[in-house]
Amino acid sequence: MSLGNEFTKGIYAENPVLRLALGLCPALAVSSSMTNAVGMGASTIFVLLMSNMLVSLMRKGVPAKIRIPIYIVVIATFVTVVEMVLAAYFPPLFESLGIFVPLIVVNCIILGRAEAFAGKRAFIPSIIDGLGMGIGFTLALCAIATVREILGNGTWFNLQVTPTGFEPVLLFMLAPGAFITMGAWLGLFNWIDERNAEKEKTKAYMTEFGGEK
Amino acid sequence: MDFGNLFVIAVGSILINNFVLMRFLGICPYIGVSKKLDSAVGMGMAVIFVMTLASFATWIIYRYLLHPVTGIWGVDLTFLRTIAFILVIASLVQFVEMMIQKLAPALYSALGIFLPLITTNCAVLGVAVLNIDDNLNLVESIVNGIAAGIGFTIALILMAGIRERLELANIPKPLQGIPIAFIMAGLMAIAFLGFSGLSVG
Repeated sequence: MSLGNEFTKGIYAENPVLRLALGLCPALAVSSSMTNAVGMGASTIFVLLMSNMLVSLMRKGVPAKIRIPIYIVVIATFVTVVEMVLAAYFPPLFESLGIFVPLIVVNCIILGRAEAFAGKRAFIPSIIDGLGMGIGFTLALCAIATVREILGNGTWFNLQVTPTGFEPVLLFMLAPGAFITMGAWLGLFNWIDERNAEKEKTKAYMTEFGGEK
Repeated sequence: MDFGNLFVIAVGSILINNFVLMRFLGICPYIGVSKKLDSAVGMGMAVIFVMTLASFATWIIYRYLLHPVTGIWGVDLTFLRTIAFILVIASLVQFVEMMIQKLAPALYSALGIFLPLITTNCAVLGVAVLNIDDNLNLVESIVNGIAAGIGFTIALILMAGIRERLELANIPKPLQGIPIAFIMAGLMAIAFLGFSGLSVG
């Protein structure tokens, strides 16, 4: 697989949240506003990138039997770094992300990439893979947050976007709105896939039999 | 001992701030293991067990090893909290797995496959961190751990029951499987919002 493919697969074809259904807890919990979504996305990209790099560098020295605990310690170390940086320089963001900053440790995307990709592959592809997956995660978060913030609060990045007569649907800021928005996005992606598959089928049929009549 | 206070904590974690439906913790197993009722019950029991032990162990570690005043080193090691807790939980899960396999093979065959999954269940690390953030004492932490596990199990079993019926329902094709599970979870969360009117204490 080319490096470009390694990058783009995380964004669309193997999007961690919307395709593989990984990292769902932060995707639902911090997607009530765009600011939170981007903050969480940036933190996750950093941890994912650093852990992919380190795991890939260590891949020859790590005994297979204890690789999972080692990966977890590597990830937890970088999460601690993120925690300290956020607490020192972005206290309001740290406050609103709350418990989900330490919980980046158990985001299954990060351990999943260490196990499935970085533990076996060379340094450069691991960086590309981490970046692609991290950006894919952030974009999925933004997709959910866009729907929730606009419908639930009438704003996008704290800017008023709806006309003054619009009454915000508070439900979308609360827990149920997160679940329903997530379900709708997943359904939309499945629908697009299905349509593409159907088109391919028709196309194949046409090239095979279309010319005969 | 103030039992009223413990009751408030328990009701809070089971219903009002249900870990899955209100706090968004443990969503991956909630969606992943809720296809069959049997496995939902097994997973729920395993989570209650590990959460209770984890609440106990992490509280002791935080209090006596990491805390600057009550810790034995007298040094502020609280920044190590995340690393320490995840290591404690991972080794605890491994230890529990080995113990159950040795002492109760029947229980192991029922819970065994769920135990490794629990390490990366964010609800377990979540309850440990929340216990510290909310300044709970040891007994309160353990009660909170049990209650959080029960809340998770209730949500999981309800969902599994619904999904078993959904198998037979006529659902639009793009929504089949995980998407409809999320929409169901949203409807359940609306129902659980009703508990926020339940004021205790």
